[in-house]
Amino acid sequence: MTTTTPTAAASRAVGTAHTRVEGLAKVTGAARYAGEVPHPELAHGWLVLATVARGRVRSVEEAPVLDMPGVLAVLHHGNAPRLEAGYMGVFGPPDPVLQLFQHDRVPYVGWPVALVVAETPEQAREAAETLTVRYDAEPHDVAFFAGHSGMYTPEGAEESRGDLESELASSAVVVDAEYTTPEEHHSSMEPHAAIARWDGGRLEVVDSNQGSRFVADELAKLFSLDAESVRVRSEHVGGGFGSKGTRPHQVSAAMAATVLHRPVRVVLTRRQMFALVGYRSPTVQRVRLGADHDGRLRAVDHVSECLTSTVHEFVERAADFGHPLYDANAHHTASRVVRLDVPTPTWMRAPGEAPGSFALESALDELAEKCGIDPIELRVRNEPSVGPLTGLPFSSRNLLACFEEGARRFGWADRDPRPGVRREGRWLLGTGTAASAFPTLSAPSTAAVTAEADGTFTVRITAADIGTGSRTALTQIAADALGTTPGRIRMRIADSDFGAAIMAGGSMGTRSWAWAITVAARALRERLVPGVALPPEGITERSDTSAAVGALTEKERHAFGAQFAEVAVDVGTGEVRVRRMLGIFAAGRIVNPLTARGQFVGGMTWGLSMALHEEATRDQASGGHVGADLAGYHFAAHADVPAIEADWVDDPDPDDPVGIKGIGEIGVVGAAAAVANAVWHATGVRHRNLPIRPDRVLNAVGGADGA
Amino acid sequence: MKEFGYDRAHDVQGAVALLGGDPEARFLGGGTNLVDLMKAGVERPTRLVDVRELPLGRIEFSPEDGLRIGATVTNSELAAHPEVRRHYPALAQAVLAGASGQLRNMATVGGNLLQRTRCGYFTDLTKPCNKRTPGSGCPAIEGEHHNHAVLGASEHCVATHPSDMAVALTALDAVVAYESADGPGELPLSDLYLPVGDTPHLETALPAGALITAVTLPAAPVAATSRYRKVRERASYAFAIGSVAAALDVQGDVVRDVRLAFGAVASRPWRATTAERLLTGGPVSAEAFAAAADAELAAARPLPHNGYKVTLMRNLVVAVLTELAEEAAR
Repeated sequence: MTTTTPTAAASRAVGTAHTRVEGLAKVTGAARYAGEVPHPELAHGWLVLATVARGRVRSVEEAPVLDMPGVLAVLHHGNAPRLEAGYMGVFGPPDPVLQLFQHDRVPYVGWPVALVVAETPEQAREAAETLTVRYDAEPHDVAFFAGHSGMYTPEGAEESRGDLESELASSAVVVDAEYTTPEEHHSSMEPHAAIARWDGGRLEVVDSNQGSRFVADELAKLFSLDAESVRVRSEHVGGGFGSKGTRPHQVSAAMAATVLHRPVRVVLTRRQMFALVGYRSPTVQRVRLGADHDGRLRAVDHVSECLTSTVHEFVERAADFGHPLYDANAHHTASRVVRLDVPTPTWMRAPGEAPGSFALESALDELAEKCGIDPIELRVRNEPSVGPLTGLPFSSRNLLACFEEGARRFGWADRDPRPGVRREGRWLLGTGTAASAFPTLSAPSTAAVTAEADGTFTVRITAADIGTGSRTALTQIAADALGTTPGRIRMRIADSDFGAAIMAGGSMGTRSWAWAITVAARALRERLVPGVALPPEGITERSDTSAAVGALTEKERHAFGAQFAEVAVDVGTGEVRVRRMLGIFAAGRIVNPLTARGQFVGGMTWGLSMALHEEATRDQASGGHVGADLAGYHFAAHADVPAIEADWVDDPDPDDPVGIKGIGEIGVVGAAAAVANAVWHATGVRHRNLPIRPDRVLNAVGGADGA
Repeated sequence: MKEFGYDRAHDVQGAVALLGGDPEARFLGGGTNLVDLMKAGVERPTRLVDVRELPLGRIEFSPEDGLRIGATVTNSELAAHPEVRRHYPALAQAVLAGASGQLRNMATVGGNLLQRTRCGYFTDLTKPCNKRTPGSGCPAIEGEHHNHAVLGASEHCVATHPSDMAVALTALDAVVAYESADGPGELPLSDLYLPVGDTPHLETALPAGALITAVTLPAAPVAATSRYRKVRERASYAFAIGSVAAALDVQGDVVRDVRLAFGAVASRPWRATTAERLLTGGPVSAEAFAAAADAELAAARPLPHNGYKVTLMRNLVVAVLTELAEEAAR
C-alpha cells in the first residue's frame, strides 16, 4: 500500500498543492463579503426576535419607533406583504421560519417578529431594540431528555436486519450504554448578510450562502416570481457549515427592498445567529453491541433521540452513521425525534455522523476493553466484504489501510492497553482511536466552459466556495480537463445566472461540480481545432450531468478514515488537554493537497472542540439560550489545538466517473470519540456525555453531585 | 446603540469634574468590557469620559514602599514589568491568565477592577437579573449556574467577579486609591466590593463619581514566592471556573506567612482568611493544606450544578501550596 500524499506528475494540476486563486484578494481586503459591498441609497434592516417561547404577538407598537431618527419602516405580521407558502423545496417542505411576518404565532424564542429599516445600521438597531412588542405567552416545553413522551420515529428513520434480540441474548459480551451530545452551533466566522435590490424588474441579491441557485429559486417561490427574475450572487463566504441556505436575512432584505423601493441590507448579529440559522440538535443515544469472546459482532443496535421545532421536522440521523462500518448478524438503527418549543435544527458539518460516531465509536472502544482486544484489531475482525445492511459492493473501501498507516505513524503498537497508568507530573496520559466514515454522494449540476479568443478559458458554474478552497480545486480540475494550466482558467462561481448546480453541502460539491466541468471541457476540446482562430465571443460548451448522475451504478460509496488522539488529564482540576491528533483518510482522488489538508485538520479540530468544549445552554424558564455569544459558547481556542496531522492513503476507484470523494466533513467524524477514548485510557473513566468539561471529570473522580 | 457624548480628560480632577457625578455617565478606560455592554444594551450611558490620557500610566516599585500601579497602566504593561514579575509573580501570572493579547493591550488596571460579571443572564436584556434590573429576579439559581458562586452569594444573586488580576491583588493586600469630588481617598481592595445581600446592583464602596487612580501593594517579601493558577473550560481565552492566588513563606517545616485568595467562587475575589489563620504557624504538609482549604470552604453553599467547585478549590489549594512549598525549599 503506497501512502502519504502522492505527488502527481508536474504536467497535471490535480494532485499538486495550489494556493487559493482568490488568496491575494482575501489577504489584501480586496475581496468583498456580502455585508461590506457598498451600494448607493442603501437602507439597513434589523430583525426583532421574539422573547417568548410560545404564544402570540398581541401588538407591535411601531408608532414611537417610526418617529425615531432615520427610521423608514417597521415590517411585521400586521403590514408585511404576503408570501407564497404552498411550494415544495428541493429538500421537502420549506422551514416555516422563511414565512416572515405572515401570522402572529410565536413557536420559539428567537422567531422573527419584525424588521426595522433605517438609514444607518446604528439607527436601525437602536430602533429595533426600542420597539415594544407585546405577547400573549403560553406555557412552553423546551426540555429535551431521553424517552420524552413526545418522541416518535419518523418514516424512513428506522432500519433493521436479522434478529437483534436473539443475537444479543446469545452474545458472550454485551455493551449497553447511553451517550449524549449537546446542542451545537455552526457559528461561521462571517455572519449571515444579504443586500437585496430591484434592478430593471429583477430582484438582485448579494448574499453569503452555500448555493446561490438554491437561494434564488426559493426567493422566487416565496415572492411568486419567475426563476429568471431573481439573481443571487455569493462571491466570498466566510464559512457556512450547513447554516447558509435560505434564511430570514435574505427574505427580510428582499421584502423590505420590495416595500421601500430601495436597496436594503440585513446582517445578523452573532446572538441572532444562535436563533435564526439552525444548529445541531442535542442527542441521547443508546448503543447495544453484542459480540462473541473474540470480538466478532453478533448484534449492533443504535437508537438516537433528537429534537426539532413544533413547526418543521429536521432529524439528526445519528443512528445511520454505522451503516457501512461493521459486519454483524443483526443490525437495528433508529433516529427518533421530539417536537419542542425551540428553533428548527439543521445540517451542521457531518450531520448525523458527528454525534453518531461519538456514540458508536465509543461503544466499540468499550467492547474492545470488555473483550480484552486491541481496538484496531476489533475493527479488523468486523470488517465487512459488502454493505452490512444493503449487501451492495463497496466502490472502494480502505478503512483498514487507514488504521494500518495511522497505527504505524502514531506508534500504536507500543501502547499499553491498561487505563490510568501513565503519569507525567499532574497529568495522566492516554491514547485513543476511532473509525471515520462519510457517504460519497453526487448530485446533478450544469456548467459552461468557454474558450476565449485570447487563448484563455472561462468556466461558469453555480458552485460555492465557503472557505473550503473549492474555487481553486475546480480551477485545477478545469485546467487538466482542458489540457492547460490553472493560470489560464477564469473560474466564475456562485452566481445563480450560471444555472442549476448542487449547493455546497453533503461533501458532494466539488465531486458534483468537477463532474459537470469535466464533461463540458471535454466537449469543448473536441471543438477546438489547432490553428483555427476563435470567434470574438469564443466558443462555449455546456453540460448537464443529470442523466449521468442518475445512471451511476448502485454501490456503497463512502470515504473512510482512522482517527488517533493523545490526551493529558489532570483529575485534580478536571482539565483535559489534547496533545496530538492524527487522521489518516481514504477519500478518493485528492485534488489539492494544500487545501485538502486544511479541510481534514479543520474537521478534526471541530471534533476536538466537540469533545471538550462546545455546548449551547438553553434556559428552561425562558426557553432561550444563556450566553449566546462566543464568550458563552466555547469552542477550542488556539491553545487547545495541538499539532494535528492529517494525511491520506491511496483510494482509487477506476469505475467511478469522477474519482473524487468529499473531504469537507469526514475529518469531524470519529474525532470526538478518539479523544473520549483517550480520556478513558488516561483515567480509567468513561465519559459518555459531551463535552468532557472539567466539572464532569471532577465529578467522575470525586463522586460529587452536579453535571 | 444609543447615541452618547464623549469627552477626553487630561488631568485627574478634570476627569472627575467632567463626569460631574452624573449617574448616566461613565469613565472609559480600555473599553474592553464597557463597550461590549453598550453594544448589548446592558450599559446605556449618555456620556463617556475617556481617562486613557490621564497621567496615570506609571508603575513604581521600591523595596521599602512596595508597588504603585497607575490606573491607566495596561494589563500587558503590568504583566511584563520586571519588578512585578520578580517581586509579585502571582500578579503577573494572574494578568497573563486573563483575556487575550489584544484585550490585555487595551484593558487598564482601574477598569479591570470595575469590570462587570459575565453571568449570561446579566448580559442578556431578554432575561431577568437583579443586578441589572433590581427586583426582577435571579434566574441563574433555578437555571444555568454551573460557573456561578459558591461563597458569599445570596438568594438575590449568584454571579461571580470575573477578574483574575483582582484575585492576586486581593491576596497581596492591595489598596485602591481614588479621586472623588471631595478629594482623594483610599480603600483596601478587600473592602472595595460590597457584600451581595439584597442589593446585587450595588457593587462597590467607591463614592459616587469617583475615579480609581492607582493600586498599591505593600512591600511583602512573601509575595516573591507566589503563584496564580487558573482553571477554565479551555486552555485560554475563557473566564475561570476556579482560581487560586497564593504566597507562602516557610521556615523549616512550618508555615511562617501565607496569603491565599480564590477567584470565580464569589461576587468578589475571596480572601481565604480562615485558611490563612489555620495555616500560619502550622506544618507544611498536604494534609494541613487540605484541612485549611476545607475549613475555608465549609462556608460554601453550592447550587445543584456547581458543587464541583468545592472539590476543585480544595484540590487547587493543595496543589498550589505544595508547589510553593517545594519552590521555597529550593
